[in-house]
Amino acid sequence: MTTETMPQGSTPPASGAAKSSIWSALQANIRDYGLLLVLILIMVFFQFVTNGVLFKPLNLTNIILQNSYIIVMALGMLLVIVAGHIDLSVGSVSGFIGALAAMLMIGWNFPPELAFLANPIVAGIICLAVGTLVGFAQGYLIAYYRIPSFIVTLAGMLIFKGLSLAILAGKSVGPFPPEFQLLSAGFIPDLFGPISLPLGGAQPVNLHTTTLVIGVVAVLTMILMAARSRSRRSARGYETEPVGLFVAKNIVIGGLILFFTYMLASYKGLPNVLVVMGVLIGVFVFLTKRLTFGRRIYAMGGNLKAAALSGIKTERLTFYIFGIMGALAALAGMIYAARLNSATPKAGQGLELDVIAAVFIGGASALGGVGQVAGAVIGAFIMGVMNNGMSIMGINIDLQQMIKGVVLLAAVFFDLYNKNKA
Amino acid sequence: MGLTMTETILEMRDITKTFPGVKALQNVNLDVRRAEIHAIVGENGAGKSTLMKVLSGVYPHGSYDGQIVFEGAECHFRSIRDSEHKGIVIIHQELALVPLLSIAENIFLGNERATAGVVDWDETRAAAAEVLKKVGLSEDPDTLITNIGVGKQQLVEIAKALSKQVKLLILDEPTASLSEKDSEALLNLLLEFKSQGISCILISHKLNEVSKVSDRITVIRDGRTIETMNKDQISEDRIITSMVGRSLEDRYPARSPKIGEVVFEVKNWSVYHPQHRDRQVIKNIDINIKKGEVVGIAGLMGSGRTEFAMSLFGRSYGQKITGEVRLHGQPVDTSTVEKAVATGIAYATEDRKTYGLNLIDHIKHNTTIANLVGVSRWGVIDDLREMDVANDYRKKTNIRSSSVYQTTGNLSGGNQQKVVLSKWLFANPELLILDEPTRGIDVGAKYEIYTIISQLAAQGKAILVISSEMPELLGITDRLYVMNEGRIVGEMPTMEASQEKIMRTIVRAEGKAS
Ligand SMILES: Nc1ncnc2c1ncn2[C@@H]1O[C@H](COP(=O)(O)OP(=O)(O)OP(=O)(O)O)[C@@H](O)[C@H]1O
Ligand SMILES: [Mg+2]
Repeated sequence: MTTETMPQGSTPPASGAAKSSIWSALQANIRDYGLLLVLILIMVFFQFVTNGVLFKPLNLTNIILQNSYIIVMALGMLLVIVAGHIDLSVGSVSGFIGALAAMLMIGWNFPPELAFLANPIVAGIICLAVGTLVGFAQGYLIAYYRIPSFIVTLAGMLIFKGLSLAILAGKSVGPFPPEFQLLSAGFIPDLFGPISLPLGGAQPVNLHTTTLVIGVVAVLTMILMAARSRSRRSARGYETEPVGLFVAKNIVIGGLILFFTYMLASYKGLPNVLVVMGVLIGVFVFLTKRLTFGRRIYAMGGNLKAAALSGIKTERLTFYIFGIMGALAALAGMIYAARLNSATPKAGQGLELDVIAAVFIGGASALGGVGQVAGAVIGAFIMGVMNNGMSIMGINIDLQQMIKGVVLLAAVFFDLYNKNKA
Repeated sequence: MGLTMTETILEMRDITKTFPGVKALQNVNLDVRRAEIHAIVGENGAGKSTLMKVLSGVYPHGSYDGQIVFEGAECHFRSIRDSEHKGIVIIHQELALVPLLSIAENIFLGNERATAGVVDWDETRAAAAEVLKKVGLSEDPDTLITNIGVGKQQLVEIAKALSKQVKLLILDEPTASLSEKDSEALLNLLLEFKSQGISCILISHKLNEVSKVSDRITVIRDGRTIETMNKDQISEDRIITSMVGRSLEDRYPARSPKIGEVVFEVKNWSVYHPQHRDRQVIKNIDINIKKGEVVGIAGLMGSGRTEFAMSLFGRSYGQKITGEVRLHGQPVDTSTVEKAVATGIAYATEDRKTYGLNLIDHIKHNTTIANLVGVSRWGVIDDLREMDVANDYRKKTNIRSSSVYQTTGNLSGGNQQKVVLSKWLFANPELLILDEPTRGIDVGAKYEIYTIISQLAAQGKAILVISSEMPELLGITDRLYVMNEGRIVGEMPTMEASQEKIMRTIVRAEGKAS
């Protein structure tokens, strides 16, 4: 994950500038680093109270699988919230798409000439298309008829809740064909064969080589890109973050990635869904940081009127954002269904709250214009690790809900407190 | 009375205030006497508004260093309420009225005439009418704020202050968006208050007004007090020298216009009010602007100049718009802002907070947002190129900030205005419409902006300037249109124009209309 950091003021006040530059750079990015730090602290905490279960390779893999659909939707929700909107329908839409997938592949008996519709790949494409259309439809009403997104998507939530019930006829439908299950249950194949490390224990640890290779390549790429962008900046005479901070940041993030790679490799390797997620996260980081499309979303969320008067087609932008959200909700719905290996009428319900919470914990502003992909992903993991850890500890579901609520409040409070202080 | 005239009511001692990366105020001293009008002048970003926010408790005690002594007692204000209790009332640079509430409701907002939480509307209305009379506003207290002009809104703010038993009234650029007539009324009101023993602190970039009404003037530069002048020392030149640190030879750059063929033409342009379908706001306007020409539109506040410009710019104002726009003789479609920008039209707004800036984002992003194509390829933004552009325009328009990463919401008012200008300069238009381009901008920076306008014209751009400051129009334009009640009522080469001539044109048109 590349977190672009703002270089500090190019003309800081003369007094004591040098000695405190690392500190002031840290302060300026406290939100980015703080959140990551909170995630690490929470993980260490649960590692401790669960007697080391949390960091077991199997459990780490589980955490990823359990949260993948939240993260996928959080990416879209980030755009929606930054644009100054909200989407309450994503949970129901994802449930509805899961139901649609099940009916296409299992429930409906197509006549032979239409049997291709039940093919997992064809069905998957149909589901994505339907999700996108649903998003566009809601986006159309929001963008061009100016109906508040809260209302449109609240209606959408009810409608798709009902629709899933209707097409499933109130029953659970499953199991899915094995190809479809791969989406959630599969791992990438090991091209090189496993390597064994005799780690002193009774049994040597078998490592998934391809996973290790991918992890190392990812870390190297990240560091190379960061270093290149840094040197290009300083070549033009622009201030960059202090070397110490730069190195430390890369070591910490790179180290974390390598650590998780190792953990995953010592289980079954990279889950397919993590690959999908990784690619999506990369795409969304690029979209929000580098594409004019992303820039326009921030401008629109920050001041709608000024954006419109700068020549941004705000309606069309809103329309697209909800289309993207719909596609991601569909993907999440399929991941969810594949994971449960059945579609149930209740699937997806309430997920929208987890998704929205993840984005807000990640530092997005309810007023629009503010929010980062990295934050939303970390926010989702914070929620996910807490869910997982508390379940392992056997904490009651009611208490879990309350704790999560408190964490959401605390995160937003911390954020506002920080802003007011500045 | 002679003695009380020199009694000091307020003393601010060694005020120092820092923001992350900026020392906004450094050991500033200010003393204000009872019943005096004390002006504070200084360049954009000098720290004037910050000093007043310290005084009024917007920045609470403890967030700054130094002492505030009011009426002999040291004060530790923790909020605006605290300072209001003592009779210090501030009217901010940006008005703080609620548009959809009535005048009366606004006057008593947060200070309601109520018993046990139940508002007494009769009493509210009566009390409102009373303070409105004091400020000379004959408007029904039930009128909504949106339905009265800025000039009257400003008076409502003052009425609100009066309703709080004010002893020291602080006005931060009160006349920036007022017409000359409204400004004069407001200044007379201040003189009236003075005779009643109320002190005023007046911040303004309009040095002629300042030198007319002030008893003393304190000059702030780069967050430090430079000097305090007494009445007999005041002259505009002296103020400028003290403000800028050097003397300014001319207020307007010399120009040698090279005017070419017609670039931009509007024919028979009519616009109706966005809410009231049959109220025609703009009536059959024909204008043209030539290559290399700076054309001005003079007129009173409310004559429809902004509405005209915004309706041209992607129909951002009004409905049932008819007429033709031609660029280089070809009819062009300006029906959306995007198309207008693509055909080479830019409109820099007079209302930077509402229409101009994304206040939560920094200078860099605000500078490039109207021309992202200029810093990207295939929709991918080139970060370094964007940095270059932002730094370049920051230098060109002389924006005072810690870097291009300063949030525009934290910039001083005048510097925000410069960001709006940068944004449209970077869009590189054929026709640049500037609506009140120097509102809230200090004398030195004004000169720089005029220079930029002049240079653009020399490069062959067409420029349309809307301004309520007639000397400015006379100083920088080549030709003037005079607008009144949605109509062009006169046209003259600037060489032959004068303030009197413009006013006569307007008065004659009003005579005809009625
Ligand atoms: N909240 C803030 N955070 C950071 N810097 C700030 C903040 N508020 C003001 N500043 C900085 O403090 C300095 C003084 O600003 P201030 O608004 O007092 O200027 P001013 O004299 O009122 O200018 P103008 O004439 O343009 O209104 C400016 O450099 C401004 O950028
Ligand atoms: Mg100011």
